[in-house]
Amino acid sequence: MTHPTTPPTTQKMPKDRGPHPSAVQQGRIAYRKRQAVRSVLLAALSTAVLGTLLGFLITGAPGWDRVRQAFFNGEMARESFAPILQGLWLNIRLFVVCALCALALGLLIATMRTLRGPVFFPVRALATGYTYSFRGLPLIIVIYLFAFGIPGLRLQGTPSVTVLGGAAIVITYGAYLAEVFRAGIESVHPSQVAAARSLGLSYRQAMRHVVLPQAVRRSAPPLLNDTVAMQKDVGLISLAGPIDAIRAAQIDQMGTANFTPYVVAGVLFVLLALPLIGITDYVTLRAARRQNAGT
Amino acid sequence: MLLECTGVRKTFGPAVVLDGLDLAVDEHEVVALIGASGSGKSTLLRCVNLLTEIDDGTITLDGEDITDPRIDPDRVRQKIGLVFQSYNLFPHMTVLDNITLAPVRVFRKPAADAREQAREWLARVGLLNHAGSYPDRLSGGQQQRVAIVRALVNSPRLLLLDEVTSALDPELVGEVLTMIRDLKGEGVTMVLATHEMGFARQVADRVAFLDNGRVLEQGPPEQVLGDPVEARTRQFLARIIEAGRL
Repeated sequence: MTHPTTPPTTQKMPKDRGPHPSAVQQGRIAYRKRQAVRSVLLAALSTAVLGTLLGFLITGAPGWDRVRQAFFNGEMARESFAPILQGLWLNIRLFVVCALCALALGLLIATMRTLRGPVFFPVRALATGYTYSFRGLPLIIVIYLFAFGIPGLRLQGTPSVTVLGGAAIVITYGAYLAEVFRAGIESVHPSQVAAARSLGLSYRQAMRHVVLPQAVRRSAPPLLNDTVAMQKDVGLISLAGPIDAIRAAQIDQMGTANFTPYVVAGVLFVLLALPLIGITDYVTLRAARRQNAGT
Repeated sequence: MLLECTGVRKTFGPAVVLDGLDLAVDEHEVVALIGASGSGKSTLLRCVNLLTEIDDGTITLDGEDITDPRIDPDRVRQKIGLVFQSYNLFPHMTVLDNITLAPVRVFRKPAADAREQAREWLARVGLLNHAGSYPDRLSGGQQQRVAIVRALVNSPRLLLLDEVTSALDPELVGEVLTMIRDLKGEGVTMVLATHEMGFARQVADRVAFLDNGRVLEQGPPEQVLGDPVEARTRQFLARIIEAGRL
C-alpha cells in the first residue's frame, strides 16, 4: 500500500522553483550541461570505432565476396520479395489466430489447475500432465505428428495441413502460456483470497473476481514476450508444406542456390516483430512502475 | 451469547498458539483483545472467521456450532465481518466495486441498490468523493475506512477487527478509531485485537488479556487496564507504558 507521505519520484527541474537560481545552482546546471554534451560525443565516437572495426573484419574476410553474392544479392532480393511477402501474409494470419487460441487455451488450462474438490481430480491431472509434456516436446516434432500423423489416419474431414500445423503451435504454446498464467495466479497474495472469503465469497467466486483479474494483469508482460517468440515460430509451419514466407524463400533458394531470399524473409520477420516488441516493452515498463508504486 | 469459544486449541507445528481458550461475547458488546505479539489475538479472529481451522474445542455463533466440519463456511462468513491490519482492499477494483462485490455476488442484491447503499456508507464516513478511485490513490486511513465499510455493508452479526490501526501513520489512526467509536454507538457487536490501550479503554465494554494462548484475565477496561489482578497483565501493561503507548 502506498504511503501518502511518499514524495513523487519525478524531480522538478530547478527552473520551476523560482526565477533566479543561485550562483551555486547556475554552476551546477552549467556543469551538468557540459557533462551531457561530453557523454553524447563519447557515445558517438565509441560506436563509430566499433562499427568501423566490425566492417573491416567482415568485408576484409577472404570469403566476403562469395558470401555477399550468396546472401546479399540485390537482384535476387528484388525477385524474391513479392512471393515472400505473399507468404508472410499467411504467417500473419496464422500468428493472429494461433496467438488468440493459445492465450485462451493457456488461461483455460491454468484455471483448470486451480479447481478444487475430488470431483475435479481428473481435470487437474489432465491439465498438469498436458503442461508437463508439451513444454518438453520440441515444436518441430509436434508439427510433424500433427501435420503428417493425423492425415495418415485417413479419417473423413481431416482439416488442411495449415490448420493441423496451427493446432500444433497452439497446443505447444498453450502449455507455456498456461504456466505463465499460473505463475500470475500464484503471485496474488493469499491475503487477497482471505479478504474475499471473509466477505462470504466462495473459493470459486474469489478466484473469478479477485485472483484471476489480478493474475491476468500481472501476466501481461511475460505473455506478450511469449507471443513475440511465437510470431517467429509460426514460420516452422513451413516444415509441414504450406507456402509461408520461409517456404517461399526456400523455393527461390532451391532454384538458384542463392540464400538471399532467406535474408529477405528474416528482415521481414524482424520488421513484423517490432510493433509487438514495442508494445511488450511499454506494458512491461508500465507494470514495473505500478509495482513500484505498491499495492 | 452471540459468540462462544470453548477450549479452543490451535497449533502451528510445535507452537501452541491457542491453548484451550474460552471467550464469550454478548450481542452489542465490544470486546478488546490485548496481549503481546504472538499471544494468539489474530489467530483467534481468523479461527472465528473460519479462515484457520482449529485443532480442538468449539466455537458457536448464535448457538450454532460453526466448527462442525459439515457446516458451510461461506454461509458462516456471511454473518461475520473481518477487517485486516493491512486493509486487503482489492487493488484492481474501485472503492465502490470493492464495497459492492459481496452484496452483488454473495447476497444477490441488484447492482443499483448495492451501489446506492455503498454511496450512503461512503457519504457517512466522508469518502464519497473517492467512490471511483482505486485503493492505491487513498491514504492508509482512508483505505482502512473503506475496508471497514466493505465488511459492514453485509450487515454482519459480528465484526472482527484485527489490529486495524497498526499499519497506519500515527496521524491517520484517529480517523479510523472515530469510525469504530461511531459503530459502537450503533450497537455493532465487535471483537477487536488492538495495541491501542487508550482506545480499548474508551470503546470496549470488556478487555480480555491473552497470554500463552488463553484469556488470562478479563473484565471492565478500568479494572484490567487500571488495576490488573494477574502479575503477567501488570508486566505487559508496564512494558506498554514504557513504550509510551498508554
